Amino acid sequence: MLAQQLINGLSLGAVYALVAVAFTVSIGVLNFLNFSIPALFMISGMVSLGLMKSGFPWMLAVALGIATSIVASLVVERFTFKWMTKSGHLVPLVSSLAFLILFENLAIICFGSDLLPFPRLFGGGDGRLGGVVIGLPQILSLLIAVAAVALLAYVLKATALGRSVRAISESPQTATILGVQTGRIVLSVYALAGLLAGLAGILFAVNYAQVSWVMGEEVGLKGISAMILGGMGNIWGAVIGGLLIGLLEVLTIAYVSSDAVNLIVYGTLILVLVLKPTGLFGDRLAARERF
Amino acid sequence: MSGYVETLLVLLMINIIAAYAAYLPLAVGQLNLSIAGFMAIGAYGSAWLAASYGLPLWASIPLGMTFAGLIGLAVAVPVLRTDGIYLSLATFALGEVITSAIINTPALGGAAGMPVTGYVGIIPIAITCAVLVAIMAYVNHSRAHVILTTVEKDPNVAAMFGVDVRWTKIACFSLGAALAGLSGALLGHHLNFIEAQRFSILASIYVVLYVLLGGTQTFIGPILGAAVFTLLPEALRASGEWRYVAFAALIIVVMVWRPNGLITRETILRKGA
Repeated sequence: MLAQQLINGLSLGAVYALVAVAFTVSIGVLNFLNFSIPALFMISGMVSLGLMKSGFPWMLAVALGIATSIVASLVVERFTFKWMTKSGHLVPLVSSLAFLILFENLAIICFGSDLLPFPRLFGGGDGRLGGVVIGLPQILSLLIAVAAVALLAYVLKATALGRSVRAISESPQTATILGVQTGRIVLSVYALAGLLAGLAGILFAVNYAQVSWVMGEEVGLKGISAMILGGMGNIWGAVIGGLLIGLLEVLTIAYVSSDAVNLIVYGTLILVLVLKPTGLFGDRLAARERF
Repeated sequence: MSGYVETLLVLLMINIIAAYAAYLPLAVGQLNLSIAGFMAIGAYGSAWLAASYGLPLWASIPLGMTFAGLIGLAVAVPVLRTDGIYLSLATFALGEVITSAIINTPALGGAAGMPVTGYVGIIPIAITCAVLVAIMAYVNHSRAHVILTTVEKDPNVAAMFGVDVRWTKIACFSLGAALAGLSGALLGHHLNFIEAQRFSILASIYVVLYVLLGGTQTFIGPILGAAVFTLLPEALRASGEWRYVAFAALIIVVMVWRPNGLITRETILRKGA
């Protein structure tokens, strides 16, 4: 029973982890809490379902769904970060929230406001290991999430693009002086947020076999919590934070009650913020300089 | 006055009071994302006092407001140790904790909501709102406004001139929480029914958006922002299912066009000259 809950918690946590990494990259590089990420999460699930219904093979539909999330994220960039230099630091926050409302209501218009069933892409792939049911989607989402983050960590650490991104996150002015093309790098950070959120949306849709226009909100809030728990700007911290919150949520539902989930998850979060504001794995000095 | 217009006006005035609850901390650069949580404390506090102790409304509503303010104070002292984005995220978590604590308390009706005794009509709400706007207009032209602006723009300079930056921030946060409690209590006694789901994080975010859209620099900003957010979706009703899409698109355009909000200090100075 406990082993089963751990598996469920980890696979839910993998989705939170991807969303948390999307948030943490935005905040670490751009110093901006991008509230359109929950919408990007929803877009990939909804669009790929729509494409599958109109006869596209599932692989193509999923790829196009994620591509739509990326394009949507680039649209958000056009109206948020582009204007940030000459405005107050809260303006992009307002605009990104407006995009959340915009995308969610567009989804209602296109797909209706009901909960829609999402096909089980790996149907019948449940394995058993000593009485514990392990769904193929569950294992896959955990693996895909970890692989995606590992790839991201490699890109940030070892490539020219990664060096530019890290330079901008240290100091945009200095990076510009040294010849980093800030505009292009910012675009790629938004594209990355779209990719991660879109991927997470697909994994969630496959795991829970359902999508709806509102699916991004709850996951988005848990993703933000995971980011704080792990320490802002730290991608592996966000992954661990996501897995911890997934476990905490599933264990609370199993052993306390489903009504107590938010109380326990967000209560833990406040405790962490009051006792150690930089999160479990945050670097205090870096955080103070950057924020 | 038709019921529809009256409900809309009451909602507008309650939203204006809530907008000032977000405006006060924003004036010193704090983004409080638990406004709806403090509204819930005020609403449930006043409803509980009225139901359990039979307190009249003129006592229960101010007590609910004070209760929200005191909780705000108790929370502000540890939470304000964090700053910037961390503070906003701590308040975000706080709002979620408050509403889920209410949902898990059977004495407050849990997730099913709670009936509220005692009715507050449009007249007392209008008077409360008018008094608050008058106070804010006065503060806007007083020394206090200079202090708040200095604390927001450069805390070090403010401290150099003898302003206690930490306590100014705590006072703004707690007074904001008390105002949120007031608006929540009025809302509860007007609707005669409250449910915790109404006070979600999204409700908090909307209140903050009122202020950021209207403008944080003057006392008129929150009024204008609350009016846009309350009335515009109604005005766009004719566009059917597209109304929230149009509404969101308008906000995005406005933020590009006027990044510091609709009304800034400059707007007023230019008019005056």
